Amino acid sequence: MTSDEARDLMRSVLRPIAPEANLDDVVEGETMQEALDLDSIDFLQFVTGLAEATGLAMPERDYAQLSTVEGCVQYLTSPH
Amino acid sequence: MPSLGADMDAGTVTHWLVKPGDEVHRGDIVAVVQTDKSDIEVEIFENGTIDELIVPEGERVPVGAVLARVRGVTSAGARPREPEPRPAAAVAVAPPTSPPTPIHHALVESPLVRHLAEHLGVDIATVSGSGLGGVVTRADVEHAAKAGADRAVPPSGAARRPPSSPYARRLAHELGVDLDAVSGTGPGGSVVEQDVRRAIPAAVPTQRPTSEDRQHAMQRTIGALMARSKREVPHYYLDTTIDLSAAAAWLERTNLERPVAQRLVMAALLFKATARAVARVPEMNGFYVDGTFTPSESVHLGIAISQRAGGLIAPAIHDAEQQSLDEMMNRVKDLVMRARTGVLRSSEMSDPTITVTSLGDLGVDSVLGVIYPPQVAMVGFGRVRERPWAQAGQLDVRPCVVATLSGDHRVSDGMRGSHFLTEIDHLLQEPEKL
Repeated sequence: MTSDEARDLMRSVLRPIAPEANLDDVVEGETMQEALDLDSIDFLQFVTGLAEATGLAMPERDYAQLSTVEGCVQYLTSPH
Repeated sequence: MPSLGADMDAGTVTHWLVKPGDEVHRGDIVAVVQTDKSDIEVEIFENGTIDELIVPEGERVPVGAVLARVRGVTSAGARPREPEPRPAAAVAVAPPTSPPTPIHHALVESPLVRHLAEHLGVDIATVSGSGLGGVVTRADVEHAAKAGADRAVPPSGAARRPPSSPYARRLAHELGVDLDAVSGTGPGGSVVEQDVRRAIPAAVPTQRPTSEDRQHAMQRTIGALMARSKREVPHYYLDTTIDLSAAAAWLERTNLERPVAQRLVMAALLFKATARAVARVPEMNGFYVDGTFTPSESVHLGIAISQRAGGLIAPAIHDAEQQSLDEMMNRVKDLVMRARTGVLRSSEMSDPTITVTSLGDLGVDSVLGVIYPPQVAMVGFGRVRERPWAQAGQLDVRPCVVATLSGDHRVSDGMRGSHFLTEIDHLLQEPEKL
């Protein structure tokens, strides 16, 4: 997966969870939870969407990396 | 017009889902009503036949107005039919004891079709609808019954399109997604929720654009109710800091073994502990009306959900004290999703017996809520964060949460409130028993 594809996937998974959220609003280092007002349920739905689309297990210990835009892109573009 | 929350004084009937002559059963959805806060599916609480629709679609009427007349109430079994049409007051108020209705249902326009399906032994969730927007019609049900009889296996509808879950179909309908164009990733190529979500056309907003007027109206109605609460309800406030190390460790262990879609979040444990504690301190659970407190036998736990664009809604999880953690988690996920992108049910809106707010994910340590009349208690949870924890002469660092109670002094007092919060604490120390 390229980083553009990763961003597209993140956007499409995020859309039904937070229709008004814009990934471009998240500055580097900021978590999506903070920047986009995602609560724990929203974030779980986000990870669920990514896991279903990619087939990756995404254990909870990876949540920290998945919570920033750049971390998430890196996660999705790296071989697992 | 049912009261869908104490902050509602009027509503607009946007759709009738029944017409005169239709037979209706308790729990059927008969209309969609728009309030200042949300679109609500209105359920009926009697059996009978629709006699007359009094309020036309598009008309705004005050709470208590008669929407329709229902004839021949049959819930009393052998009792003869009443000769006079009776006002459908039953449409108006969901009794607090109403049983939870199934969340997922097939797209069925008419209760008649649903009854036909029951009569013919057809599982309506497996029938693909050929009506407008995928709605299941009478012909579809009859066809499915015939096919089922021919094959002696339940019809799967697999011939024309991949199987899909009822929820996926409902979501597809709500979000304007064409199911035929969706490729499924579920078992056997079936279309699941996430497939539908992914198929949402980028150009189509998933949420009906909320007008500024509606936002203002919502703010006004919430404001009016909160002002009334602060004026009439003598609030007292308590807080306690709860050590969540046992709960967090249990959660981590449990989630380690689960695929992400089945994982739990701490909020589900907090809600479940609250529901169980409430069941033991009845003064926190019920309605205070006209100077009298009536405790509720069941715990219908209102969950405060922010609607992002502004506004707050607190639909109920019915019989929360009896649900397993997994059920609770699924209900919370479903409610959050429907509160933001879909539609809520009249019974969910009208009968929470206590409300919980969990603002903590947004970063604050504690929240002292305003009680929603006629309820008598509001529980708040702050953010789960690590804190220094002194115990038995030792200092440790533990994940903690501040739990708060806003209580109604006309019904309970600090002693009982303290007992209640302490009970929540105790329950969270043994998460495996929740």
